[in-house]
Amino acid sequence: MERLEVSKLNHHFGFTEVLNNINFTLEQGQVLSVVGPSGGGKTTLLHLCAGLLDVEEGRVENSFVSSSFAFQDARLLPWKNVIDNISLGLLANGWDKTVATKKSQEIALKFGPEADDFDKFPKDLSGGMRQRVSFARALAVRPSLLFLDEPFSALDIGLKQESQTILIDMISKKSITILFITHDIMEAIKLSDKVLLLEADPGHIVKEFSFELPQKQRDDKFVYEQTAKILQDKTIINTFELRPIGAKL
Amino acid sequence: MKFTVKLLKDFPQYLWSGWGAIASILLFVATWDIGHQIYGSLVLPSPLETFGTLGAMLGDPAVIDDINTTLYRAFLGFFISLTLGSVLGLLAGFFATASMMSRPIVTILMGMPPIAWIVLAMIWFGMSDETVIFTVVVASFPIIFVGALQGTRTLDGELKQMADSFKLPYRMKFFDIYFPHIFSYLFPAWVSGLGMSWKIVIMAELLASNDGLGAGLAVARSHLDTPTALAIVSIMIGSLMFIEYIVLEPIKREVELWRD
Repeated sequence: MERLEVSKLNHHFGFTEVLNNINFTLEQGQVLSVVGPSGGGKTTLLHLCAGLLDVEEGRVENSFVSSSFAFQDARLLPWKNVIDNISLGLLANGWDKTVATKKSQEIALKFGPEADDFDKFPKDLSGGMRQRVSFARALAVRPSLLFLDEPFSALDIGLKQESQTILIDMISKKSITILFITHDIMEAIKLSDKVLLLEADPGHIVKEFSFELPQKQRDDKFVYEQTAKILQDKTIINTFELRPIGAKL
Repeated sequence: MKFTVKLLKDFPQYLWSGWGAIASILLFVATWDIGHQIYGSLVLPSPLETFGTLGAMLGDPAVIDDINTTLYRAFLGFFISLTLGSVLGLLAGFFATASMMSRPIVTILMGMPPIAWIVLAMIWFGMSDETVIFTVVVASFPIIFVGALQGTRTLDGELKQMADSFKLPYRMKFFDIYFPHIFSYLFPAWVSGLGMSWKIVIMAELLASNDGLGAGLAVARSHLDTPTALAIVSIMIGSLMFIEYIVLEPIKREVELWRD
């Protein structure tokens, strides 16, 4: 069984403590999201889990065979066209160039870019399109564990929904495990089995919410109801420093 | 290979786009002729006379020898600074301390007028090939060095992180992430370095050599032979334009297609 286990994780940047005593386990096929205010150490946590930062204190044990990362910004290579960007991960895994190109074209079509866009450079793409190419690049390698760092935050609601539907499809087939970072609580409720609430200064987990209903069966009503319920939660109100509308600042 | 084919395929279209440039050059020649009509042949020979002299000179084996000498010096000097500048610049770029320490030295090299180098080189090497080549190297080296340095210093940390997240092997990291970025800084630096070499070689020859186009220019000056002087200038400008617009610019366009 593949799993990601994080225990007693602390992290510092210089003298600033960014993360304090983080513990959680992500099992195969699960979707775990971490929500919290901006600047709360979410991205640092994700980088530590993905091995992009070195763990200083505590343990991160990752037994997933493969993983990939979709960043908050697209991070496409400006000197490569759409297809060559998508095939980057495949080529790194030792795929043959022609096969990788063909596979990337198939994947591209699924995520939005059309045949006309294949030869375009990132500078000629819209922000949303770049983000989708980056998303396609991350999924092209068929990772068993996917790290998502708010990859939908730059998309409009239609595109956001489209990308979420693709993910929900993969989730319901149990073909992917996701560690997901967002500040959008509705998005977290729509996609996750478990939501961890991360409070800032230093980042620590204050609360955990679980959702049993399979993602495919979660309709708008479910999402809105759960969101409304969670937004009443005292811990959430304090963490995001929410004030009732009309209240004096 | 694919690159070369694309380069050749786009070349005719590139040439066709040159009509504007040609029109502008012809306009310049026309203005030159007006200058000739006002000031007379001694001050400013007509374009026709200049090009006539140029034609006659190109038929003279001694002049061809001079052109070859100058070409040899300029290119040798350029290649030395290209190699040295690229390698040292890349190395300096990879180490923070080295790049910090090399900055002031580059400023000194760039700030020192080439004419001062020529004087020093004449003392060190006498009236020889070395003097000219040394001056060329010392003048174009800092330009290329700075280009390579900038290219390595400005590598994008976010892209490196992305490469790490996909576990790119070293070979791919170099060819797909580092090289295109560094090259986009290095190539323009090579082009400016070449232009610099071309100008400096003439100046150095004029002052410190008995052969080459620069020396020819010195002789033309002492004989008050304006048509020959202008013809030599035309050779210099013509060859520079050929290298820049026919050889380098099409390459630059292809390698920088991805830029805004």
